[in-house]
Amino acid sequence: MRSIFCTFGLVLLTLAVGCSHGSGDGNEVELLNVSYDPTRELWKAVNEGFSEEYNASHTQQVTVRPSHAASASQARSVIEGVEADVVTLAMWTDVDAIRKAGLIDADWEDRLPNRSLPYYSTIVFVVRKGNPKQIKDWPDLIRDEIKIISPSPKTSGNGKLSFLAAWASITQRGGTREDAIQFVTEIYRRVPILDAGARGATATFAQKQIGDVHLTWENEALLEVRESKGELELIYPKISVRAEPKVAVVDANVKRHNTAQLAEDYLKYVYSPAGQEIVAQNFYRPIDPDVLARHRGQFPEIELAGIEQISGSWEKAQLDFFSDGGVFDKIFERKPE
Amino acid sequence: MSKSHRNVLPGFRLSLSFTLIYLTVMVLIPLAACLFKACSLGPAEFIEAVWTPRAKAAYSFTVGASLASAAIDCVLGLLVAWVLVRYEFPGKRVIDSIVDMPFALPTAVAGLVYSSLYVENGWLGQFLVPLGIHAAYSRLAVVLVLTFIGLPFVVRALQPVLESLEAETEDAAALMGATRMQTFRWVIVPLLAPAMVTGFSLSLARGLGEYGSVVFVSANMPFRTEIAPVLIVHKLDNFEYPEATAMAMVLLAMSFSLLIVINVLERWSKRHYA
Repeated sequence: MRSIFCTFGLVLLTLAVGCSHGSGDGNEVELLNVSYDPTRELWKAVNEGFSEEYNASHTQQVTVRPSHAASASQARSVIEGVEADVVTLAMWTDVDAIRKAGLIDADWEDRLPNRSLPYYSTIVFVVRKGNPKQIKDWPDLIRDEIKIISPSPKTSGNGKLSFLAAWASITQRGGTREDAIQFVTEIYRRVPILDAGARGATATFAQKQIGDVHLTWENEALLEVRESKGELELIYPKISVRAEPKVAVVDANVKRHNTAQLAEDYLKYVYSPAGQEIVAQNFYRPIDPDVLARHRGQFPEIELAGIEQISGSWEKAQLDFFSDGGVFDKIFERKPE
Repeated sequence: MSKSHRNVLPGFRLSLSFTLIYLTVMVLIPLAACLFKACSLGPAEFIEAVWTPRAKAAYSFTVGASLASAAIDCVLGLLVAWVLVRYEFPGKRVIDSIVDMPFALPTAVAGLVYSSLYVENGWLGQFLVPLGIHAAYSRLAVVLVLTFIGLPFVVRALQPVLESLEAETEDAAALMGATRMQTFRWVIVPLLAPAMVTGFSLSLARGLGEYGSVVFVSANMPFRTEIAPVLIVHKLDNFEYPEATAMAMVLLAMSFSLLIVINVLERWSKRHYA
């Protein structure tokens, strides 16, 4: 008899604890921001700024919880049930996959300014102090003795963008599709380790000292170089890809959590002058022209190829290059050597 | 077992129904869902998803590395279990608990530690790499980390058997003129064989399914150090669910057949040696 009561009590307790999570008890509310690998520092700063501003002017107190992992893996986890209120992922294709699963409305891109793009970035090179291998631009990467570190395009936004930047460096200078395929094949022959995400690749290059050049996000590179205390240098190639990390509110989840307005306010904060300043301080290129002008020294001019020039659209790029049997898979189809 | 024998667990029907429900919910239903998803592919698509040269290389590497590490574990596990049972020394209890560490350690931590240890600027790597031994980001690395993960299975399987060995049997063999090697080969090994096979199969099964630690120490390079679970994750991350479950089914079939073979081996060794 006693054991039945105990079990029943335990079950009730678990249910009570389980149900109390979520929309909170009126005065406290939580948002879950599912983001990609290298943005930990950025969203920590944004969350602090936003909650300070919001809590000062509202009775409801908000806390934003972040989540970070490789972009495609994050998209998949949201599709499979992680209760994200907003997603701030590396690639349009990852956000669109969540739309395809029915969790985001079809018109998401036009709901926020600049087609849901609060900041942009690009892919740059990080090399060892003094640039001993004299790596200045894309053609230098395929010299025989160079080892390149870049994460796997199958899982990582950084990985996909490195690939696209390498591709653009050929096609935007008059190369044919075959030349581009040849070039990326040579690049990936020189990659000894395919990490799953951007941060993992940074650890491999900076901490484990593997590789001669690291292809990574501009923001990650600036952070890496700063943390290395002089051991690493940043090199800007002559041309790179225009990375567009899009943000979106996850409609299905915010409807359930009753956080639709709050989630939208949160994303709009990133577009505000205060938010854009935080963006620039964390080494991402703000879209606000004034903030960008103030930080011009940090973000040199570089020729950026947009996805329209490379492939027509992100979707076409995904299908052509990164899906099963695409160009990237074909690089590894035959046994090497 | 007489009728008046009291069972510790409640009656047969209750135990059986609970077992069946548990197995169905935890094992059969997920497997059935996997099979259902995989069957949504036509036969040609199925083959294309699971039987490419790259996938075949991944399967053979997964199985090969697991077999190698399980074999190494048998040798090392026997040594460790032997020392722990037969000898007394200071710190024995501590070492006995340390043997269980791979069970307690999150596999990702094991992988991270291994990779940091054996890279060129790691504690051990700085000596090994100049000698040409690359124990991180290579096939050797995967076998090493799987050996680490699987060791406790063999040790814990062998310990009880070793403990129950009677000293009299070995004394009798010595009295009859057997050398130490002969005693080992003809008296001890037959008694240990079933437990050894159990330990081997457990270690092998753990190695086949291992993902967290391997993904950190392997370079994930196709045709060289890519394990099958990594390929499955790639398919999932490109939202190709049916293809991923198809590969999972193939891995499952391979694991099942391996385990059946080992099971047969175990029963044969019990009959042959006992």
